[in-house]
Amino acid sequence: MNAERPAPDVPEAERGIIVARDVHKWFGSLHVLRGIDLTVQAGEVVVIFGASGSGKSTFIRTINRLEEHQQGEIFVDGIELTNDIRNIAAVRSEIGMVFQSFNLFPHLTALQNVTLAPVRVRRWSRDRAEQAAMELLIRVGIPEQAHKYPAQLSGGQQQRVAIARALAMQPKIMLFDEPTSALDPEMINEVLEVMRELAGTGITMLCVTHEMGFARAVANRMAFFDHGQIVEEGPPAQIFEAPEHERTKRFLAQILH
Amino acid sequence: MSIETMAPPSTAVTPLEWMRRNLFSSIASSLTTGLIGGLLIWLAVNVGGWAIGEARWEVVGNNLRLFLVGQYPATEAWRLWLNLAVLSVMTGLSAAVFGSTTRTLAVSTSALQLLLALLIVPSPLGTLIPPTTSLVLGLLGNAAGVWAAFVAGRLLGPPRRWLMIGWLLTIPLTFVLVSGFGPLPEVRSTLWGGLLLTVLLAAVGIVLSFPLGVLLALGRRSGLPAVRVLSTAYIEIIRGVPLVTILFMADIMLPLLLPGEFRIDRVARAMGGITLFSAAYVAENVRGGLQAIPMGQYEAAHALGLGSLATNLFVVLPQALRSVIPANVGLFISLLKDTTLVTIVGLLELLGIGRAILAQPQSLGAHLEVYVFIAAAFFVLCYAMSQASYRLERTMGLGSR
Ligand SMILES: Nc1ncnc2c1ncn2[C@@H]1O[C@H](COP(=O)(O)OP(=O)(O)OP(=O)(O)O)[C@@H](O)[C@H]1O
Ligand SMILES: [Mg+2]
Repeated sequence: MNAERPAPDVPEAERGIIVARDVHKWFGSLHVLRGIDLTVQAGEVVVIFGASGSGKSTFIRTINRLEEHQQGEIFVDGIELTNDIRNIAAVRSEIGMVFQSFNLFPHLTALQNVTLAPVRVRRWSRDRAEQAAMELLIRVGIPEQAHKYPAQLSGGQQQRVAIARALAMQPKIMLFDEPTSALDPEMINEVLEVMRELAGTGITMLCVTHEMGFARAVANRMAFFDHGQIVEEGPPAQIFEAPEHERTKRFLAQILH
Repeated sequence: MSIETMAPPSTAVTPLEWMRRNLFSSIASSLTTGLIGGLLIWLAVNVGGWAIGEARWEVVGNNLRLFLVGQYPATEAWRLWLNLAVLSVMTGLSAAVFGSTTRTLAVSTSALQLLLALLIVPSPLGTLIPPTTSLVLGLLGNAAGVWAAFVAGRLLGPPRRWLMIGWLLTIPLTFVLVSGFGPLPEVRSTLWGGLLLTVLLAAVGIVLSFPLGVLLALGRRSGLPAVRVLSTAYIEIIRGVPLVTILFMADIMLPLLLPGEFRIDRVARAMGGITLFSAAYVAENVRGGLQAIPMGQYEAAHALGLGSLATNLFVVLPQALRSVIPANVGLFISLLKDTTLVTIVGLLELLGIGRAILAQPQSLGAHLEVYVFIAAAFFVLCYAMSQASYRLERTMGLGSR
């Protein structure tokens, strides 16, 4: 299959940088994703929210093939995700991902965490990679922690290193899976601040988060997940002021008190 | 006075106070102390008395060459000294460039050689060993070489890469020097023996079985069924068979299976047997380490675009191998001791040569001396290995907690 093949029979204007159509996924007999349709345009910030177990993580992980979907199709920047390893590698090199539990490499310093992929995948020289990494660490506000190991950093600092690490591959798309929900309250803002700055640079962002302040301020669009489906989708103003569905209303009422 | 400015309570204790608290705190503890103390004194007097008074150490002194190198010809012994000197210089250079762990290695190798030299020179034991001068000079020269190289390494600061290449080159160099190649006359492996053979068997076994074991461990977790089944079968079969059996098979079966022109010598067969045996155990240790790596590490690496080879090389294995250092060193210590089993296929390593020496009429009645000497030699080697592993653990554990 040709890696450059564009999404077929979709008008030019509707073609997004991420296109998911009728995506299904089962874990054993458990039907976790039940027909997800979502198109994200380049430069958009889309927030995904919904109850625990509704399939948010599973969906976001199908986009860089950490999970395999079993039905439907996913295109990232025109490349279809299939079993073809070349397509998967091509897609992954355009996507950065930030995890709830950071997943930093504990045997490497902050700087080495950030330079690993540029050196080993992009084949940059060590000097070039370190220079770029320092710039990223300055951007996320922790250049002075460059030579510490993850275990010597606070949760907020670790998550900022993880963001720098993902950015080091110069991705077009960033995926965030509840990046602040493992953090102590006083550290949440320092991470959201970095994400806010990032959203301003025009990178495409897909965030699973329940930080509604962040969503209201930064998101172009929000999608509400319920039992493996997107029940409602729209700009934050509409979702917060005039949600159409009963379940969206109930869920928002719960998390906004 | 505020709390913060108070000095901490003094914890200094006089030796007498320490003894009262730890050794004689109650009647029961006093009794225990007395009993164990008495036993220790009794042992020290008897064993020490035997070692200094009765023992006839000349059986060791007279046969020192045999113990160290077996029947390796005296005219070619300089090659072994040269080899030792190269290793000493490499150790010293590494200590200067790599730091802490290798420094321990340098300190212990030079200390060991000094100690041996000292054991030989002064009385009461030393004068009993006749072939002294060259041995003492060689040992002292080597010990000095380690530190000369250390200083040189500090001054010149050679790049790490060169040293790595240097270490890799020592492997073929050792074989060229020990067995002979080109202008160097061949010394057939049937003549190798004693400590030389023990160390060669163990070193080859360790250096080869480690990478093989890592590959087998990865194979056992591979996504390819054929690789997985083969690795698993290999590991389970080898672990179900005693080393003695494998040594016999390697010695007797291998020549039968191979076509006539291929003659692998006996030492190489034993090395192969030990390597294949040890690899299965390394694999199981490493598998334990691999299982402890959280899925999130693989996911983070894959998300960054690292393929499975790079993920294993740079993310998974460094963590997994670090966590199994103690288990692997334990394994390699056993391997060193298990090399004694090659006597059954007719090789005279340290223990084998000891038994051969005891079979001579001059050594009549010197069993204890010979076995104590052999035990001490093994103890020193094993103890050095376990100390090096503690050091290694401590330096490598830096980022893991
Ligand atoms: N590897 C797996 N094997 C089996 N079931 C899984 C697996 N991963 C997730 N599930 C199940 O799939 C469903 C969706 O999980 P998912 O993690 O996508 O939910 P989520 O919306 O991200 O929830 P949360 O807010 O708790 O993170 C859950 O019922 C979960 O138990
Ligand atoms: Mg989740």
